[in-house]
Amino acid sequence: MELNSLTAHELIAKVKGKETASQGIIESLKRKITAADSKVKAYVRVSDSLNLQPITYNLSPVLNGIPISIKDNICTEGYNTECCSRILSGFKPPYDATVIKKLKASGANILPFKTNMDEFAFGSSTENSCFGPTCNPWDLGRVPGGSSGGSAAAVASDEAIWALGSDTGGSIRQPASFCGVVGLKPTYGRVSRYGLIAFASSLDQIGPLTKDVEDCALLMNIIAGFDPSDSTSVNLPVPDYLDTLGKDIKGIKIGIPKEYFVEGMDKEVKNVIEEAILKLKSLGALCKEVTLPHTEYAVPVYYIVATAEASSNLARFDGVQYGFRAKGENLIDMYYKTRGQGFGEEAKRRIILGTFTLSHGYYDAYYLRALKVRTLIKEDFEKVFKDCDCIITPTSPTAAFKIGEKVEDPLKMYLSDIYTISANLAGIPAISIPCGFTKNNLPVGLQILAGHFNEEALFKTAHAYEQATTWHKMKPEI
Amino acid sequence: MPISKETVEHVAHLARMELSPKELEKLSRQLQDILGFIDKLKKLNVDSVKPASHILPISNVLREDKPQDSLPREKVFQNAPGREGNFFAVPRVIE
Repeated sequence: MELNSLTAHELIAKVKGKETASQGIIESLKRKITAADSKVKAYVRVSDSLNLQPITYNLSPVLNGIPISIKDNICTEGYNTECCSRILSGFKPPYDATVIKKLKASGANILPFKTNMDEFAFGSSTENSCFGPTCNPWDLGRVPGGSSGGSAAAVASDEAIWALGSDTGGSIRQPASFCGVVGLKPTYGRVSRYGLIAFASSLDQIGPLTKDVEDCALLMNIIAGFDPSDSTSVNLPVPDYLDTLGKDIKGIKIGIPKEYFVEGMDKEVKNVIEEAILKLKSLGALCKEVTLPHTEYAVPVYYIVATAEASSNLARFDGVQYGFRAKGENLIDMYYKTRGQGFGEEAKRRIILGTFTLSHGYYDAYYLRALKVRTLIKEDFEKVFKDCDCIITPTSPTAAFKIGEKVEDPLKMYLSDIYTISANLAGIPAISIPCGFTKNNLPVGLQILAGHFNEEALFKTAHAYEQATTWHKMKPEI
Repeated sequence: MPISKETVEHVAHLARMELSPKELEKLSRQLQDILGFIDKLKKLNVDSVKPASHILPISNVLREDKPQDSLPREKVFQNAPGREGNFFAVPRVIE
């Protein structure tokens, strides 16, 4: 068995048992990337020499040099971090993100080239990358999802052992669903955002993309926790998420929101999800219908709040201190041209929309109103979690769509986030796990949601389902 | 609501971002569609609802007023497209 096809927890055991050294794992990964990445394009700026050195750390050898792949919007000191945008071309961060510091302290080997993403995380397909799209390893003519499409595709194709992504409206979970891997968005404030190049500061979270639930729990143990450098990180102790695995879920109360199962839903996705619900019932879960009445307002609220915050966060890209700078006759001309030439189409669309809704005369009607509806959405979840341990939904209304299918219709693209967006608005944790395939062999993801800081309920339920099925063992032929 | 090209031009100016005539045309159309969709929020009565300015009940997160190490100057300038001494050099501000 090739080392690159194993999970992190299996590799850790092999290294500990002296069956292999981290150098062997790196060589195996290099071979796979060389063989597959010209087709999948999960990585960007892959150096010809694939110069990965094994590292030896004196601190906590929990990970024993296991390599990890990082999305292009997480700062790694000395390694280019460009958010797959021309405006950050050549940017080498002068510091490590907190999650990177934590990974290094645990003995991880950070890959120097990053995974592909939609520019600044704006997108649901990874088609908005300035480097071109990533291809879904299950069907190279289809998208891997987005914006963490590169990370999801790399994990699915065994070009990565595991990876980090970021999730603002579904950007970890939806690609996890399209690529048949596990993806978790932690509770807002659970994982530090310091060093994550910001899209929407009240919605963003960094999270794991892994081959199975155990790896996801292991990675969360490492990256979660309070960070004084992130004023939105919460000072609550991190439980050992590995303790939640292998538990039986008899009597666990699962809510199934009626608004997520409507007429016109993709029949194949519906069938696969219904099978998954039956499986959970057979494991002893008690499922009941619940209501999240403001579901239909989630996408409009998101596209006001997220774009408003994005327009503010992207104001810093002006050619002055870092990144691309266009020639200008004077300072303001330099700003216009730098931003006009440096940003891609979707970035410009969101900046314009966000600036508009925050501008004089429109702020109350759009932004303030959206914030109020956001409260209603959050309260919907709080009511349901009073007597449910978790909520189950499909992760996405469809399986992976074809490359090019939705790029010309931004609204259609936005609607593909319909099941994932509410979790970001409410700040609650959510995981996507593989739960089956469509007739043309495309993965389908099951989403589990829980209350704030209740990742334990997610892991417990997800692990029980995973261990009673074999979806996580299936791999694309690539 | 109808979004004119002049509105988009004004917003682009606020965002200090140059748009080509083609982009201006395309964005006005798309903005109109997106705002039309977003308008469904007007259906709700939100009079007595507090805006969700913070999703978690934390506020006034401050640290002790004690000097700490900050990023060394050389690191700050590491990515500078233009530098003069300890200044970021930019095109002239005023004519």
